[in-house]
Amino acid sequence: MKSENLAWLIRRHGIEMTHLSGGSHIGAILSVADIMAVLYSEVLNFDCNNPKSDTRDRFILSKGHAGASVYAALAENGFFPVEELKTHYQNGSRLSGHVSHHLPGVDFSTGSLGHGLSAATGMAYAAKKDKKAHKVYVVLGDGECDEGSVWEAALFANHNELGNLVAVVDHNKMQSMDFCDKTMALSNFAAKWSAFGWNVIDINGNDHNELKNAFNKKFENSKPTVIIANTIKGYGISFMENDILWHYRFPHEGWEYDNAVLALHKNKPADVVDPYTPNGIENPAEIPDGADIYNDHTTSATWHPTWNKEG
Amino acid sequence: MRDTFVKTLISLAKEDEKIELVTGDLGFGVLKPYFEQLPNQFTNAGIAEQNMTSLAAGMALEGKTVFTYSIGNFPTLRCLEQIRNDCAYHNANVKIVCVGGGFVYGSLGMSHHATEDIAVMRALPDVAVFAPGDLCEAEEITKAIANYEGTCYLRLGRGGEKRIHKEIKNFQIGKAINVKNGKDVAIFSTGAIFEEVEIACQILEEKGITTTVYTFPTVKPLDVKAILECADSHDLIVTCEEHNVVGGFGGAVAEVMAENPSKARLMRIGMSDEYCVKVGNQKYLRNEYGMSGEKIANKILEKIK
Ligand SMILES: Cc1ncc(C[n+]2csc(CCOP(=O)(O)OP(=O)(O)O)c2C)c(N)n1
Ligand SMILES: [Mg+2]
Repeated sequence: MKSENLAWLIRRHGIEMTHLSGGSHIGAILSVADIMAVLYSEVLNFDCNNPKSDTRDRFILSKGHAGASVYAALAENGFFPVEELKTHYQNGSRLSGHVSHHLPGVDFSTGSLGHGLSAATGMAYAAKKDKKAHKVYVVLGDGECDEGSVWEAALFANHNELGNLVAVVDHNKMQSMDFCDKTMALSNFAAKWSAFGWNVIDINGNDHNELKNAFNKKFENSKPTVIIANTIKGYGISFMENDILWHYRFPHEGWEYDNAVLALHKNKPADVVDPYTPNGIENPAEIPDGADIYNDHTTSATWHPTWNKEG
Repeated sequence: MRDTFVKTLISLAKEDEKIELVTGDLGFGVLKPYFEQLPNQFTNAGIAEQNMTSLAAGMALEGKTVFTYSIGNFPTLRCLEQIRNDCAYHNANVKIVCVGGGFVYGSLGMSHHATEDIAVMRALPDVAVFAPGDLCEAEEITKAIANYEGTCYLRLGRGGEKRIHKEIKNFQIGKAINVKNGKDVAIFSTGAIFEEVEIACQILEEKGITTTVYTFPTVKPLDVKAILECADSHDLIVTCEEHNVVGGFGGAVAEVMAENPSKARLMRIGMSDEYCVKVGNQKYLRNEYGMSGEKIANKILEKIK
């Protein structure tokens, strides 16, 4: 499948799954959708009929709260039926909110931030020791990079020259309550990774060409590589973009769901079939007056400490 | 429970400017009333729980009373050594608050289930451990730990979003609360599973079985006296917790009963030393893992028949 088509389907599944389950993190799913789509359509070597094949590339979604994006990518690639996506969060399902390895195609369970890069480093280290040719890919959040363990892994991977390790940071500039800069500034983010000895590629992470070029780039050294994928949280649905509300809120029945689906349909590739609402939304609910839309929901909007002010 | 905690903390912090709340990038919406009213007593330490916890210890050693706040295992297991060496060992006034004890975040998956936290925290010397069973207990504990010298762990559940106790007269750290008295079985519960215990009691009563019930808002220090009294007057003691039976509340009661022989037998209800791999909401998982009111009642009936 073309990466653009897979990205569209990941977004559409994400909306449906969070809508049906009342699940959180749609903003995080939308921001990482393009990264996941390019990985699963052009980069990762896998076999859905042999998910444990020793020669496959390994993949970890360290920002495990965007689990829906992996589940959608796996289902669309034949690991399990697309129908099963609708069970996300439901009683008796296999699809927990955070990524679970009790599913074919998932190498590692995540959900507690700051574990994935270390585990991926371990996998890459073992592969290097055993002279295996596959690569290890891991996707992190930028807020996740607050965790010290991320930087401990970064040191180890550089020290052991793990050229078979590729990390992608979904750099959407937001975390859980606010922008990263208003929480813990990541200042000189790319320079930090270079200072840790990594190859750094800084790109627009919602642009498929830039993503493909980044993944194809070869370095004449044996250092690990980080792709800093500059993205927009909530990308593709304007009223969710850069609004921290959608880290938690799910698209409710009515205008929220209708307008989310409509927004996606505006950019639907012609050869993709929407599995839920093939014709889009015919009579969308109107956005009511006073709807909580395009408002600033960050902590810093109403948190005004004075202790750090002069005078 | 979470909101009761925040409300109570706001009124305490308004009276005591030494109180500080430090969050590990969690509490969207929930902490808003706090940081709006007490902007100078709030910090978001980012997604970095180990740093948050030692930072809290440092602040506490400079005279502050620091509440660290996060969900599931992030404020406890993620930064265990920071709690042990930096908070407890220094007797630092750090109050660790976990939102989401047990299966509160059921559908979110294993990473978000706090099912070993009581055992782990209980094993640390100089950490007092609390798990409120309803809103009254949550309020009383919040007040008590703010005034307690030293490191505390407060585990907030969901469920128990009602007031089960009409009022708690004279709440004391380390004292169990007697809810009712019967003669056939004594049930001890800690945390929000209390609401399932209530259902179990109703079912048992319909079958003519009378129950003594205690809630244990404090798991450590444990109310040994209440346990021993019940062990002398009942044939069966049952502990309930939304937590592993190994090392937790049931484990604590077992330690007391093993060293003080009585006529009572003990049955521990909780997770049977396993991780939850099933997906579903809190109610569903409680039932799947044998902790719903009905399953609790059935286990007791099985035991006493
Ligand atoms: C160790 C840990 N602490 C806190 C959380 C709660 N949490 C889930 S998502 C999130 C924000 C993540 O931000 P970022 O890594 O930037 O991911 P994004 O959603 O922006 O893609 C937080 C704090 C967690 N899952 N794990
Ligand atoms: Mg982010």
